[in-house]
Amino acid sequence: MALENWQLGGFGLYIHWPFCQAKCPYCDFNSHVTASINQDRWADAYLNELERVAGDTSDRVLSTVFFGGGTPSLMPAKTVDAILTKVSDLWTTSNDFEVTLEANPTSTEASRFRDFRTAGVNRVSVGVQALNDKDLKALGRLHTTTEALRVYETARSIFQRTSLDLIYARQHQSLSDWEAELDRALAFAPDHLSLYQLTIEPDTAFGRLWDMGTLKGVPDDNLAADMYELTTDMTADTLPAYETSNYANSGSESRHNLIYWRGGDYLAIGPGAHGRTTFAGKRTGTVAWRNPGMWLEAVEKQKTGDMTIEDISQTDRETEYLLMALRLREGADLSRLSDTARMGLEAKIEELNEEGLLLRSGDIINVVPEKQIVLNAILVRLLA
Amino acid sequence: MTELSNIRNFSIVAHIDHGKSTLADRLIQETNTVATRDMKEQMLDSMDIERERGITIKANTVRIDYRADDGQDYVLNLIDTPGHVDFAYEVSRSMRAVEGSLLVVDSTQGVEAQTLANVYQAIDADHEIVPVLNKIDLPASDLDRVAEQIEDVIGIDASGAIPVSAKTGQGIHETLEAIVQHLPAPKGDPDAPLKAMLVDSWYDAYLGVIVLVRIIDGHLKKGDRIKFMSNNTTHHVDRIGVFKPAMAEIDRLGPGEIGFLTASIKQVRDTRVGDTITHEKHGTTDALPGFKPSQPVVFCGLFPVDSAQFEDLRDAIEKLALNDASFSYEMETSAALGFGFRCGFLGLLHLEVIRDRIEREYDIELITTAPSVIYHVYMRDGSMVELHNPADMPDLTHVDHLEEPRIKATILVPDEYLGDVLKLCQDRRGIQEDLTYAGSRAMVVYDLPLNEVVFDFYDRLKSVTKGYASFDYQMTGYREDFLVKMQILVNDEPVDALSIMVHRDRAEQRGRAMCEKLKDLIPRHMFKIPIQAAIGGRIIARETLAALRKDVTAKCYGGDATRKRKLLDKQKAGKKKMRQFGKVDIPQEAFISALKMDG
Repeated sequence: MALENWQLGGFGLYIHWPFCQAKCPYCDFNSHVTASINQDRWADAYLNELERVAGDTSDRVLSTVFFGGGTPSLMPAKTVDAILTKVSDLWTTSNDFEVTLEANPTSTEASRFRDFRTAGVNRVSVGVQALNDKDLKALGRLHTTTEALRVYETARSIFQRTSLDLIYARQHQSLSDWEAELDRALAFAPDHLSLYQLTIEPDTAFGRLWDMGTLKGVPDDNLAADMYELTTDMTADTLPAYETSNYANSGSESRHNLIYWRGGDYLAIGPGAHGRTTFAGKRTGTVAWRNPGMWLEAVEKQKTGDMTIEDISQTDRETEYLLMALRLREGADLSRLSDTARMGLEAKIEELNEEGLLLRSGDIINVVPEKQIVLNAILVRLLA
Repeated sequence: MTELSNIRNFSIVAHIDHGKSTLADRLIQETNTVATRDMKEQMLDSMDIERERGITIKANTVRIDYRADDGQDYVLNLIDTPGHVDFAYEVSRSMRAVEGSLLVVDSTQGVEAQTLANVYQAIDADHEIVPVLNKIDLPASDLDRVAEQIEDVIGIDASGAIPVSAKTGQGIHETLEAIVQHLPAPKGDPDAPLKAMLVDSWYDAYLGVIVLVRIIDGHLKKGDRIKFMSNNTTHHVDRIGVFKPAMAEIDRLGPGEIGFLTASIKQVRDTRVGDTITHEKHGTTDALPGFKPSQPVVFCGLFPVDSAQFEDLRDAIEKLALNDASFSYEMETSAALGFGFRCGFLGLLHLEVIRDRIEREYDIELITTAPSVIYHVYMRDGSMVELHNPADMPDLTHVDHLEEPRIKATILVPDEYLGDVLKLCQDRRGIQEDLTYAGSRAMVVYDLPLNEVVFDFYDRLKSVTKGYASFDYQMTGYREDFLVKMQILVNDEPVDALSIMVHRDRAEQRGRAMCEKLKDLIPRHMFKIPIQAAIGGRIIARETLAALRKDVTAKCYGGDATRKRKLLDKQKAGKKKMRQFGKVDIPQEAFISALKMDG
C-alpha cells in the first residue's frame, strides 16, 4: 500500500512546558514566570493528555518526542520520566527514537541531565544564545558564557546528541564580531547548530522598545543579509545548512523538526501547543489553551487541553507544506501536491527558476541556498 | 395655493461648519414643521456623505408654515443650496429660485472665502440679505467685529444682523420675523402661461425622477402635460407636492411656490438644472435666461482594484450617471491598470463624492489616477484637440502649442500665514491679482493654472495655514503655456497611469519628487528597480530602488504553520491591491501619493 502523504513526513509528539525563571525580552513564545507550580497536578495533566491523544494514533509508530517551552529543563526529572514511560506504553516507538529536550545552560539544570538521560532523553538543545556576557545580559539571559559552555560540555558528555542555539544580528553586533563568535562556536565541533537572526516580535519587551524607537544598534537588513551569507559560507564544510536557520552534519539533523518541515503528523500537548493529524486523508489542526491555568483546568474538567480543532483544507495543507518544506535544503516534493495545485504553480516555478531563485530537478524544487534570506518574498511570489 | 404676498422664498448662505444645517433644523423645529419626536440632526442633508462631510450636494427644500407676529399665516420655502464651488452652477440656479438669503456667519470665526463666493451669487440674484450671527453662546463670539467684517468685506449693511444661537434656540423667533418682514414676496402672474424653473432633480427608486421646481408664472397641476424647453421632451405629471421636509402631495402649485413633480421620468440626465418647464400646449415661448448644460472640468481614470470587478464598476458608474448629468464617463484601457473609465467631474469634491459613493454604496475598491484638466492642443494644421488624458497626447511633431485652463482663486487667510500662502501660490505658477486686508485677515486673489490646483492644492493650503485659510475659485479661460507630457518609467517600462502634463520649467523638480516618492511607495523587489522621469525620450530624473536583501522568518516550527499560512493569505490580499508592470508590483495608493507635492 502506498504511503499516505503525512507518512512521508513522519510522526512525532510535541510537549510544551510553559514555565521559565525569567522572560527574555526578545521571546514571544508561550512562556510564563510563576512563583509556584503544583508539580503533581501538572504531571497528571500531561499523562491524561497523552492517553487522550493516543486514542486515535496508538497504531502508529512514534519517531520523536520534543520537550519545548518555556524552559523544559526546569521540569522535574520524575515528570519527564513519567511522561516518557507513558509514551512507550501508548505507542510503538521507532528504532531510532529521538527524544529532545530544550535546556537552558545553568548549573541548576545541568544537575538534572543524568536523570533526564535515565528517563529517556537522548538529545538536548542548549540555548546558549551568545558567547559574550554583555550581550547575554542584554538578551535577558541568566547565565554567563563560561557557565553556558560548561553546561554545554556536560551535556555533550551525557547525551548522544546535542545542539547549540545562538542568536545573531544582535544589537551593536558587527560582521566581524559575528565571524569571531561563530568561529568559536564551530571550534567546539558541535554536530548541530541553530543560528537565529534576532527578530523583533510585537508584544515583547524588544518590540515595545522598537516601536518607541529606543532599541538601538539593531543591524539593518543589509548587514543582517551579509551576516547570513557569512554564516552559510562558514558552516558549508562542516555543518551545512539543512534548513533556513539550522546547520548540522549529515545524520545529526533534528528529526523531530524535520517532521514539521516535511509535512508530517505531530501530536501536541501542553499550553498553546499546535498539532496536526491526518486521518483518512483529512487533516486536522489542534490548538491547546494558551494560558497555563486555563489549560490545566480544561484538561482536568473538560478532559481535553485543546481549545480549537480546525479542518485543514487540501489547499491549506499544500500551502503549509510548501512554506515549510522550502525552508529545507532538500526542498519540496511536487508529487505530494494535487494535480490542480501543481498546475497552478508550474508557470511561477519556471519564472522563479529563470530569476535564479528556485532550483528544480524533476519533482523536487528548492530555494537557491543563498536566497533563503529572502524566502518570504519568494513564498509570496510562488503562493500569492 | 397661497397668495403671493404671504410667500417668502429664501436660501441660507454659509461656510461649512458655520451652522447652516443646525439653523435650518431650528427653524423647522420652532414652527413645528416636524414633530419633535421625528427630528434628527441635519434634517435636510439626506446622503450619508453629505452628513459626514457637512456639505450639501443636492438642493433640498422645506416648506415651513408660520403664523407671524402680525397674525397672518405665511409659507416660508427654504432651499438649502449646495455649498461648494464645484456646484457653483447649481448654486446659481437655486439662488434664482428664491428672493432672499440668510447670510449665516459664525460669530467666533468671521467671513470665509466660501461664504463670499455664495453671497456674491446671492447678490447677483438680487437677493435681500439678512445677516445672522451664529454661535453667540460661545465665549469667543465677537458680534461687533464680525458685523464690521460683513460690512467691510461683503459690503452689505449689517446693522440689522440677528444674533442667534442655533444651538440654544436664541434668536430663532427673531429670524423668522425678519424673513417675513425684510425679505420680499415673490412676483408672478397667475394668469400667464406656465413658466417654472427646474431647480434640481434626483432619482427615487419608487417614484422615478423627482423634480424640484419653482413656479414663476401660471399653475402646475397633477395630470398636466408638460415640456422641458431645453430638449423639448414632454411628460405627464403624475404627482405634485411640497416638502415638509417629507413629501406631501398637493393638487397644484401657483406662482411663487416651490415644490416637486414626478412624471415617470426614468433618468435624471433628462432633467437639466436651470431648464424651463412649461405646458406642452399653450405654453410659454420665453425660456428663463441663464440655462447651461454643466461641463466637467476635472478628469481622472477610475479602475477597479480587482480587475474582475470591471463589470460591477460599469454598472455602478452607469447608475450614478443616470442621477447626475454633470458626471461624464467613457471606457478607458490602460496598459498598466487594465479596463476602467475616464470620468469627468465638476471639480475635485465632485470627484471625491462620486469615488466615495462607488466604493461605499457599490463596494468596489478603486484605483484613481492623477486628476487632469482639459488642455487645448493646437495642431500644426490649425485644428484644436481637447486633451482629457495625458496618455492621449498627440505626437509632438504635429503640435503647435498648448493652452491650459486658468482660474481666479480667492483666499482668505489670517495675516500670520500670508507668507506661506503667497509662496504656495507662487510655487503653483500663480500670478497675484489682488491683496487686501480686512482686519487681521488678508484676502488674496490669484490667477492660477487649474492643473496646479486640481490635485492637492487645497490640502497644502490647509496644512500651511493650519486650517485657517478658506479658498474658492472660478474658471476664467484658457491661456498658452509651455506644457509638456512627463512620463514615469519603472524598471524601464513607462507607466501610462503616472503620466502627467507639467510646465517645462517645473518638470525636473516634479520628476525628481515623483521618483523619490515612488521609491518609498514601491516595495523592494528581489532585483533593483530604476525609477525614471522622462520627457519624450530624455530622462530628466532617476532614482534606484535597491533590491530586497532580507525577508525571512528565522524560526518556523510546528506551532508557526498556521500563523505563516494566514500571513500568506493576508499577503495574497495585499498583492491583489498591487498592479503589475512587467515584473514590478506597484501598490494602488502609489498612483495618487506619487503626485502629492510637499512644497
